[in-house]
Amino acid sequence: MNTLINGLCLGGIYALIALGYTMVYGIAKMLNFAHGDIIMVGAYAVFTTLSIMDHPIPAVIVAVIICTVLGIVTERVAYRPLRGASPLAVLITAIGVSYLLQSVSQLIYGAGTRPVTIGNWGSLEVMGISISISSLLTLGLCIVIMVGLTLFINKTKAGTAMLAVSEDRAAASLMGINVNGIITLTFAIGSALAACASVFYLMQIPAVSPTLGAMPGIKAFTAAVIGGIGSIPGAMVGGILLGIIEKVCSSIPVLAPYTTAIEFGLLVLILMVRPTGLMGKTRREKV
Amino acid sequence: MSEYMLETRSLGISFGGLKAAQDINLKIKKNQLYGLIGPNGAGKTTVFNLLTGVYRPTTGTFLLDGEELVGKTPAEINKKGIARTFQNIRLFSNMSVIDNVLVGMGNSSKCNIMQSIFRLPKHFSTEKQMRSAARELLRVFGLDEERRTVASNLPYGSQRRLEMARALATNPKLLLLDEPAAGMNPQETAELTATIRRIRDEFDMTVLLIEHDMSLVSGLCDELTVLNFGTTLAHGATEEVLRHPDVIKAYLGE
Amino acid sequence: MKKFKLKHWINYILILALAIPFTVMAFTGSVKGSTSLMLAQIGYSIILAVSLNLVVGFLGELSLGHAGFMCAGAYIGCFTANYLHTVIPDPTVVLILSMIVGGLTAALFGFIIGLPTLRLKGDYLAIVTLAFGEIIRTVFMNQEVFGGALGLTTRKYGKTLFVIVFVMALFTVFVTQNLMKSKHGRAIQAIRDNEIAARAMGVNVTYYKLAVFVIAAFFAGIAGVLYGHNTTPVDYGFFSFNYSVEILVMVVLGGMGNITGSILSATVLTFINIQLTTKLSGDLAALKYLIYALILIVAVIWNNAPALSKVRERFGLRRLVEYIIIKIRGHRIKEEGGMEAPSTADWSKVPTKIPMDALLSTDVIPEQSIKEEGDKK
Repeated sequence: MNTLINGLCLGGIYALIALGYTMVYGIAKMLNFAHGDIIMVGAYAVFTTLSIMDHPIPAVIVAVIICTVLGIVTERVAYRPLRGASPLAVLITAIGVSYLLQSVSQLIYGAGTRPVTIGNWGSLEVMGISISISSLLTLGLCIVIMVGLTLFINKTKAGTAMLAVSEDRAAASLMGINVNGIITLTFAIGSALAACASVFYLMQIPAVSPTLGAMPGIKAFTAAVIGGIGSIPGAMVGGILLGIIEKVCSSIPVLAPYTTAIEFGLLVLILMVRPTGLMGKTRREKV
Repeated sequence: MSEYMLETRSLGISFGGLKAAQDINLKIKKNQLYGLIGPNGAGKTTVFNLLTGVYRPTTGTFLLDGEELVGKTPAEINKKGIARTFQNIRLFSNMSVIDNVLVGMGNSSKCNIMQSIFRLPKHFSTEKQMRSAARELLRVFGLDEERRTVASNLPYGSQRRLEMARALATNPKLLLLDEPAAGMNPQETAELTATIRRIRDEFDMTVLLIEHDMSLVSGLCDELTVLNFGTTLAHGATEEVLRHPDVIKAYLGE
Repeated sequence: MKKFKLKHWINYILILALAIPFTVMAFTGSVKGSTSLMLAQIGYSIILAVSLNLVVGFLGELSLGHAGFMCAGAYIGCFTANYLHTVIPDPTVVLILSMIVGGLTAALFGFIIGLPTLRLKGDYLAIVTLAFGEIIRTVFMNQEVFGGALGLTTRKYGKTLFVIVFVMALFTVFVTQNLMKSKHGRAIQAIRDNEIAARAMGVNVTYYKLAVFVIAAFFAGIAGVLYGHNTTPVDYGFFSFNYSVEILVMVVLGGMGNITGSILSATVLTFINIQLTTKLSGDLAALKYLIYALILIVAVIWNNAPALSKVRERFGLRRLVEYIIIKIRGHRIKEEGGMEAPSTADWSKVPTKIPMDALLSTDVIPEQSIKEEGDKK
C-alpha cells in the first residue's frame, strides 16, 4: 500500500516533468533534452535560497522564477536559431544544452551531493497506514497543477493559440498568432512546471547533485512517450504509470536491480505496439 | 502478355468515413499516353499512391501487365515495373545528379553488400555498367553536363526532368507522372510534351500522367479519365472527354 | 590510366601518419606506457566515431546507444578472451578471436534491437537507442559471471596494443568508405535524403537501415574488446549515455557524413580529453563537459541555423578547403570538370528529413495505418 502511494507520488512528479516535455514537443516539435536539467537547476535554486533564509515559500518562488527565465533564455539562444532546421540538429543542440547546464552547476557547486531539507512535516495515520504529509502534499499539488494546466489550455486565449500552433504552425501564424511568442510561452510554462517538480522531488529525495535531473528527465520523457507525446492526459497517465512501476519493481528484490531496464523495456514495447503511445494521435507524412 | 499494361478493377480507398477514391477502373494499353485529370482534391494523387503501394486499397485490385500487385510494398511494386515522380519534387537533394539516377539503377544490378565492401570484380563491373547507363539516360534529359551538380542546386525545370530520369532508371514498364508541368512556363511545357513523347517512343513506355495544364493534356494524351470527389466522372478519348458537359461543369462550376 | 585521387586515400594516410612513427618507436622500445595507452584510446575512438557516423551522418538517424553496443562487445569479447587465455598461449590470436566474438555479439545486439525499432524515426528512434544502451549496461552490470558491480577483470594486452587498434581503425575506414562509395551507400544516403522517394525507387529501406545498424554495432563491439584489452576491469559505468554523447560530439564536430572529419575530431578530442583528465582534478573535470557542450551547440547552430546560411557560404571551412585545393591544383580542376560532387553530404545540408508534422507519422505498413486512421475517426 505504501509502495503504491510512493509510486503515485513519484508518478505525479514524473507527470509534471512529462507535461513539460509533451507541451514543448507538441508545440515546438522538438525533444527538449535539457528539460531534466532545468529540474536540477531548480533544485539548486531551492538549495541556495534555503541556505540564505530557511523558509520553503521564497525557495519555491525563486526556483520557479529562475527556471522560467532559464527556459526562455535557452529557447531564445539555442533553439530559436535552429527553427526550420533538421530535427536532428535541434536534438543534438538540446543535448549540448543539457551538458552545459550540468557542467556549469558542477563548476559552481561541485560534483558532490548536497543535502536539502524542505520543511519537516512528519506523517499521518490513515486506517493504520502511515503516510508522510509531504507525499500527500506532492500528490495533491500535482493534481491541482495538472487540472490548472488543462483549464489554462482549454479555456484561455493563449491556451487555444497553443493548440493552434501545435496543429499547424503556418496556418496559426497566418491567423495572426505570434508563433515565436507562443513557443516562448510554452517553454516558460514547461520550465515553471519543472521548477515545481524539482521542489516535490526534493521533498521525496532530499539531496541535490549536478546529475539530479538526468534520470528523472529521461524517465519523464519515457512517460511522455508512453502516454503519447503531445497529449496532456497522456503525459499524466504515463507519468503515474511509470512512477508506480518504478516503486513496485524496486520493492521486489529480484527485480530491483533491473528497475531502469524494465522501465525502458516498457517504453520500447509500447513504441513497438503503438508507435504513437497510449493516447497519441496518428499523423502521416503527405506524399 | 496481357491486353492492358495497367488495369484497375473497382480500386478504392477510404480513410475512416472519407472515400478518397472509389470504384476506379482504368484500362491502359501498352505504349499509351493516358491522362488522369480532375479538380483539386479529386483523388488523383491518391490513385497514384494506391498504384505505388504507399496506400493499400480498401477495395478492388490492380494488375500490371496481368500481374496482381495489391498488397506489395512500394519497393516491390517498383521492382515489378511501376515508377513514379512526385507532385512536390522529392529528389535526393544532397546527392549529385548522377547519384540520384544511380539510386534508381540499383534495382537491376545483382551485387551484394559484401561484394561492394571488399571491392570484388563484380562491384566494378556493375558500377561501370550502371554509370554508363545512367549517363545515357542523363543525355536524353539534357542533364549530362550537370551530372556532378548537387540535385538541390539544379533549377526547377531540371529538377523535374531529373525526377523523370530517376524514375526511368528503375527500368519500369509503366511510368506515373504527377503534375510534370506544374510551375512551368508555356515554353517549358512545350519542351516537356516533346520529352514525354520521346520517352514513350525511345523507351517503349506506357505513361499515366496527372495534369492540370489542359494544353499539355490535350496535346499529349490519347485517352483520359476524369475524377471528381474520388469517383470517375468520365473517361474515353481525349477530345470527347473534354467536350463532356459533366467535365466542363466540374471544372467551371454550374 | 588510373589517377591517384587524394580523396580516396586521405583517410588511410591520416591514420597511417599517426600510427607508423609510434609503431616504429614501439618496436625500438621508446614509447612510454602512457603514450601507448593514449594511442590505443585514440584508435578505438576513431573506430567508434567512424562507425557512428555511418548511422548518424549517412543514414541520418540519431543513435544514442553506441556505447551500449560497445558494452556488449567488451563484456562478451573479453569474457571469451579470459577463457581463451587458458587454452591459447599467443595473446594476439586471443585478441583477434575475441574481437571477432565481441564484434559479432554486438552486431547481433544491433540486429535484435534494430529489427523492431527501425520503423521508428527521428527523436523516437534516438530515445529508444538510448533506452537500449542503458538496458544492455544494466543487464551486464547485474551478472555475477561478468564480475557484477566490480566490472570484468581482463588481462591487458600490453604496449603494442595500439598497433592492432590502428589496424582495426584502418579496417573500419576501409569498410565504411567502400560501402558508402557503392550502390548500397547511395541507397543509404537516398534514405537519409528522402525516405519516401527512396522506397518509390525500389530501395529496400528496412534492409539498409538494419544493415547500417548491424555494421555500426559490429565495429562498436570491436572497439569494446579493444577497450577491454587496454584497460581493466571492463567497467559498466564507462559505457553510460555520457560516452555515447562523447562519440556523438566527435561525429558532429568532424561533420556529418564526413569520414575524414570523424578521424580528425576523434583524434583531437581524445587527446584533449586525456590531457584534461590528467591535468584537471575534482570539480574542474566538469570543464571537459562544458567544452563538449559548447562544441555541440556552436557547431550545430553554425552549420544549421537557416539565418546563417549566407555567412556560412562565405566563411565556411569547406570553402576554405576548396580555396586551398584550387590554389594547389590551379587550372587542373577545370579541365577535369571538377571532382565528383561530394557524396558525403554537407552536414549543413542534411535535410529536414522528416517534416515537422511527420515526426508523429508512424510509417507503419499501409494496412495498419489505414486501420489507425479509421480508429481516429
